[in-house]
Amino acid sequence: MLVPLSWLRDLVDVDVPAEWLAERLTLAGLEVAAINYLGVPQGAVEGVRWPPSDHLVWDRDKVLLGAIREVRAHPNADRLVLAMVDYGGEALEQCVTGASNLFGYKDAGPLDPPLWAPFAMEGAELWDGHSETPKRLRLKERALRGIPNRSMVCSEKELGLSDEHEGILLLEDDGSFRPGTPLQDVLGDVVFDIELTPNLARCFSILGVAREVAALLDKPLRVPAAKVLAEGPPIEGQAVIRIEEPAINPRFTLALLRDTQVGPSPWWLQQRLRLVGQRPINNIVDVTNYITFELGQPLHAFDFDKLLARADGAVPTITTRRAQPGETLTTLEGTQRKLEPHDIILLDSAGILSLGGVIGGADTEIDDNTHNVLLEAANWNPVNIRRTMQSQKVITDAGVRFSRGVHPAVAAQGVRRGIELMRRHGGGRVAAGIIDAYPLPPDPVRVTLPVAEIQRIMGVAFSAHAAAEILRRLEFKVNVEADRLEATVPQHRLDISAETVTGQADLIEELARIYGYDRIPDSMIDDELPPLHADMTLEHEELLRDLLATLGLRENISHRFSSPEREALLTPDDRPGYHSKPYVELLNPVAPEKRVLRHTLLTQLLDSAAANARWRETQQVFEIGQVYLPRADEELPQEPRRLALLMTGRRRLPNWQGAADAAQLDFFDLKGLLDRLLARFNVPGVVWSPGEHASLHPGRSAAIHSDDEVLGHAGELHPMVAQAFDLGDAPVLVAELDLERLLERSNWRSYPLQALPHTPPVYQDIALVLREEVPAADVEKVLRRAGGDLLQDLRLFDVYTGDPVPPGHKSLAFNLVYQTDARTLTDREVAKVHRKIVRAAESQLGATLRA
Amino acid sequence: MLETLEAQYADALQALAASKSSEALAAWQSAWLGRRGAITASLRATGQLPQEARAAWGKRANEIRQLLTAAHGERAEAIRNAEMAQDLESGAIDVTLPGRRRQPGGLHPSTRILREFARIWGEMGFQVYRSRDVETDEFNFQYLNFPPHHPARDMQDSFYTTTPGVILRTHTSPGQIRAMRDLGANGTRPIRVILPGMCYRYEQITARSEVQFHQVEGLAVGRGIRMTDLKGTVAAFARRMFGENARVRYRASYFPFTEPSMEIDVECFLCDGSGCRVCKYSGWLEIAGSGMVHPVVLRNGGYDPALWSGFAFGMGPERSAMLRHDIHDIRYFWGNDLRFLEQF
Ligand SMILES: [Zn+2]
Repeated sequence: MLVPLSWLRDLVDVDVPAEWLAERLTLAGLEVAAINYLGVPQGAVEGVRWPPSDHLVWDRDKVLLGAIREVRAHPNADRLVLAMVDYGGEALEQCVTGASNLFGYKDAGPLDPPLWAPFAMEGAELWDGHSETPKRLRLKERALRGIPNRSMVCSEKELGLSDEHEGILLLEDDGSFRPGTPLQDVLGDVVFDIELTPNLARCFSILGVAREVAALLDKPLRVPAAKVLAEGPPIEGQAVIRIEEPAINPRFTLALLRDTQVGPSPWWLQQRLRLVGQRPINNIVDVTNYITFELGQPLHAFDFDKLLARADGAVPTITTRRAQPGETLTTLEGTQRKLEPHDIILLDSAGILSLGGVIGGADTEIDDNTHNVLLEAANWNPVNIRRTMQSQKVITDAGVRFSRGVHPAVAAQGVRRGIELMRRHGGGRVAAGIIDAYPLPPDPVRVTLPVAEIQRIMGVAFSAHAAAEILRRLEFKVNVEADRLEATVPQHRLDISAETVTGQADLIEELARIYGYDRIPDSMIDDELPPLHADMTLEHEELLRDLLATLGLRENISHRFSSPEREALLTPDDRPGYHSKPYVELLNPVAPEKRVLRHTLLTQLLDSAAANARWRETQQVFEIGQVYLPRADEELPQEPRRLALLMTGRRRLPNWQGAADAAQLDFFDLKGLLDRLLARFNVPGVVWSPGEHASLHPGRSAAIHSDDEVLGHAGELHPMVAQAFDLGDAPVLVAELDLERLLERSNWRSYPLQALPHTPPVYQDIALVLREEVPAADVEKVLRRAGGDLLQDLRLFDVYTGDPVPPGHKSLAFNLVYQTDARTLTDREVAKVHRKIVRAAESQLGATLRA
Repeated sequence: MLETLEAQYADALQALAASKSSEALAAWQSAWLGRRGAITASLRATGQLPQEARAAWGKRANEIRQLLTAAHGERAEAIRNAEMAQDLESGAIDVTLPGRRRQPGGLHPSTRILREFARIWGEMGFQVYRSRDVETDEFNFQYLNFPPHHPARDMQDSFYTTTPGVILRTHTSPGQIRAMRDLGANGTRPIRVILPGMCYRYEQITARSEVQFHQVEGLAVGRGIRMTDLKGTVAAFARRMFGENARVRYRASYFPFTEPSMEIDVECFLCDGSGCRVCKYSGWLEIAGSGMVHPVVLRNGGYDPALWSGFAFGMGPERSAMLRHDIHDIRYFWGNDLRFLEQF
């Protein structure tokens, strides 16, 4: 909301710099998002910072209030005149100007009273009135059609007031005008752009902000007068109001002005409207807007004669009610609207007049021929107005205010002040009195606040007297009884609850705000410490993250949105897969490919990998996060966590020594990493079995078990999936694990360590020739079993096929480590167990010793 | 007979003198003194000799073995010294050639900041409590004092699901209610938790706005929690996070679930408060929204607001990371571009 300081000053004395006031308002919750300057310089206030402004400043010595005493013809030009300007100097300044609105005074002799206009001397900086794009210029002396000239009478555009450049700005003397007054002091202004949070509905007007300023600066507030010069016959009986449902329309007031004249508003009123972002229209419509911005009470003006015509001789009767299905209304801007039951309508005997509180209808609007004005100031239920604005997609200044909440008490003040301003600027006679249908006045709100409660919540000891004083500055009526305040909420705010504890919190906030948050001291909690609780899953998860990073993986965090189509790409051949189960689906997705919550982390990992492939051949990443699985019997989905990994590219980064280390990452890199991880977490009974995961290569993938439970799958991405995700030919290794199950099976906290042996180990190698289909894990199992306690460790170090190994066979070579802590092994003992191992391999696996 | 031994000895010495490298020396060692070496063979041969010759032969052979072992030792040291000198003189490499690159892993910047938040709050007794992403309208709004059609709902554009009344949480605040109900033992126990988590807002994805972002909400509930505690605690956090001299400013604000509510600003650490592009020349950076827990919210969490009070605050780790690392595009966070992630 835009708040001109000049307007604010009508209602409250401001004796502090604008920048200081803006800071104070901001701290009190009325956030001044920007300060706009009009002709005056930006002030520098100690301890207060605002962005530097490079607006045009009107030089106090060179841009002045001028009095045009005479307008003479230019001897050489019809389109120019000579304005004789009194600017407070010793002589009149002859100023050559093309201002069309001075032509009518040409050679009319001395003007008394003079024409008042902004006047700029040589050297002054102004906006270039002829430039299409904003451009500044400095006034220089030059001849215009043979007449020397060194000054200018200014248009609004040249001063930066508006884009108006048809003629110069002529000002109305309010009795205080003196030639030569710096223009800054006449038209200079500072406009605050204030952002209001929803609780500050009461501040959605100049008066509302003035109230806050008055309280913050402890100054008296000058509430705009609502006194009416009513010379006409009473309004009683001229119109009738019928409210069908007071809950949606608690109050409806009307005033009547007869025999007025529609025309332009005075310049000051137009200027104020422009400063708050409104376009002036005519004196009647402008006043409705003016009151909306000044008091926060939106008004609506009807052409009374049009209402009379519609009533066909009867007394116009306006009914307010909910719209019924099928009803329509064509609003002011020409849209035909289908109405819904939450919309509130005004209607008379001829049909619907307007959408109450939001926008008027076209049929009864003010036009240039209007003479009799019926002025409405009503009050509406905020929820209905809000829903109407949403469903009808129309946002109006009236609707915005009503939807936030306007106190119904303001309606009478608004209708009176509005009709009086219309009379002043358009003439005519106001009918005596107003029509005031007020079926649902709000109950007065009273809150009892013990001083101890302030101390309990705020931590600051207030005396009852000091607290009462602050509330009174905000127009609360306060009685102090011992150590408690009895506060009555003023008739302009709806934000204080009548419910005791909430009402008390509301008052404490007001006390804190006006007292100043910065004056409230800091303390550390001295309250009882809560019992400790642990989120073991989180601790596990963090450990896992660290481990994965240590193992060389980068953490990804992806959007948790996906689409069934994207997830279907993870399963070739239209087989069932991630996409076949129900999703948490969004009603309002930002994009079709983000319309559900994911079932897997793989889609995003693969998408990211494809994107990163443009600059990284080698990628090793992981992600930990939720997937979302709807449950048939519950409203909210399950949100189990998953761990996903992706590796692709080179085992080592290539360097200048050639490709010695640059082999492609393969299944066994992924397996080695996962085995390390499972070992660190002491997951028991880990078994890798050939896998059945649709997204993975059927021959190069595995399911990972811990005893009977499947922890997840790992392997090389299925080539069709790789293709679907635009990944290249290099193997892409992925794994997805059920994190909860993994962590349940893990034991990273307390597990026994192996004691360090005191005896020397004995190393032996063994090379076995076996049929090709015998899995390495089976061989290892047989050797271990045969080796018993003496075989302390065993490691496969070579797999070989080809000559001299017979076709259909392979050779597996193992390092064996014999050791026991009980004694130093003798050669004979070792030879014995070694023979046993060889025999077991021969008999159980059909192996032969490789020569 | 001993002449054979002496001849062997002379040959060995000659061969030793001819060994000019470590490799040659190792070969000599194996040829003469190794398991199958000539001297070893001679020693073994002792047994096959006639009885009377054995003593002299054996004695001399042993002597020769010892002499040769000693000579080998001397020769080995000489060669080692020579080779070392040679290596020191001519074994230089081009140290300006690039080193072999390692591929370190690393954590996402959001994770890093979340951990930093959790560590600092942990020092002040706030423990992590995690809560769900998909929420009901009751938990996300109504229990937090946002009635249906309340204008405050406009402050947060929600993602709705096809299940009526089920939305994606727009803030971590529903976790306040869940934590109170879960840990509060029917409003009889104090609480001090932080609630980190992903939140979702219906927005266009641009450099400045994202559809998902992390929030860390803090909640303290007790019988004597005051606004002064909120100020002091958050100021302590700011000093730990932004430096000992960090100045903090409090502005009145509005959140339906706190009252009084306030925004907390910290003096811009990029310009020391003198005004720069990042702080929009105000000298201040917004770091948290906060306030005293609204009585309605306490009640919905199971507490009697006449006896219990509390404070809550919420902050954004991505925003902190952006300020700290001069990141201008919030889309970097979920883009997983390795060129971004590798900078952490
Ligand atoms: Zn800054």
